[in-house]
Amino acid sequence: MKSSVIIFPGSNCDRDMDVALTKFGFKNTMVWHNDQSIPKSDLIVLPGGFSYGDYLRCGSIASKSNIIKSVIDFANSGGLVLGICNGFQILTETGLLTGILQQNKYLNFICKNVFIKVKDKKNKYFKNIKKEILELHIAHNEGNFFCTDQELKLLEDNNQIAVTYCNSNGLENEEDNPNGAIKNIAGIFNKNKNVLGMMPHPERMIDKYLSGEDGSLFFENLLGNLG
Amino acid sequence: MKIKVIVTLKNGVLDPQGKAIQQTLNSMNFSNVNEVRQGKFFEINVNEINEEKAKSQVEEMCKKLLANLVIEDYKII
Repeated sequence: MKSSVIIFPGSNCDRDMDVALTKFGFKNTMVWHNDQSIPKSDLIVLPGGFSYGDYLRCGSIASKSNIIKSVIDFANSGGLVLGICNGFQILTETGLLTGILQQNKYLNFICKNVFIKVKDKKNKYFKNIKKEILELHIAHNEGNFFCTDQELKLLEDNNQIAVTYCNSNGLENEEDNPNGAIKNIAGIFNKNKNVLGMMPHPERMIDKYLSGEDGSLFFENLLGNLG
Repeated sequence: MKIKVIVTLKNGVLDPQGKAIQQTLNSMNFSNVNEVRQGKFFEINVNEINEEKAKSQVEEMCKKLLANLVIEDYKII
């Protein structure tokens, strides 16, 4: 399986993502934001970081970069596009995903492990995943997912909510909502579920000695579903 | 021609920075401050002599980049 990771000026999780994808068997290519096209891929990843220094709004400048047209075309033709953290912010700014990631409710940069609950398995990302609750890492200042009531209803009706913040038992309560996101939302799909944006970083949880292995579960499972 | 734009959060959208500023003002004895909403101000120099044309271009800019209409309103002044 082939993957491409897009690098924007200010991306800083691109190398981690490359290591993770390669570890689990993807043949990965790094693509610069100013390139006009993306090599043939089964998966495109927009990595975390601070593209364009988070100027104007997080992800807003990256969402107008040269390469984005190819990403949007790829997504519209059914290709898998995964945006992690800043990648999620970029996807909302392109309009591929609904809503926006606002500043965290309590104005703090949050960097910690969280539990997330897998809300939908009828998609290539989470189909067959062995655990319902994953422990992943978050590190962001703007992760407070917001959308209109109407958009939220559509997300719920179409089962487009991918993952939510919860406690270790899977309870989605206010205490375990780190950033004030509506309905504890940590990640969402587009309508066809080929585009996934989420704040947690699976690429940071791929080593049992360093962190944890729930990210490994995510990548192994994704690769299995694509095979 | 210089066109000025103000982008603000829509009513009802949480503005934690505005809230923090309000609380700070309150603690500085500006006790009658009930609410602060923070926004962005842009000065855009458009190479155009027709004001109407320039403003309509800036309106496009607001819709496409300067404001995110999910949470923000813009005002061209």
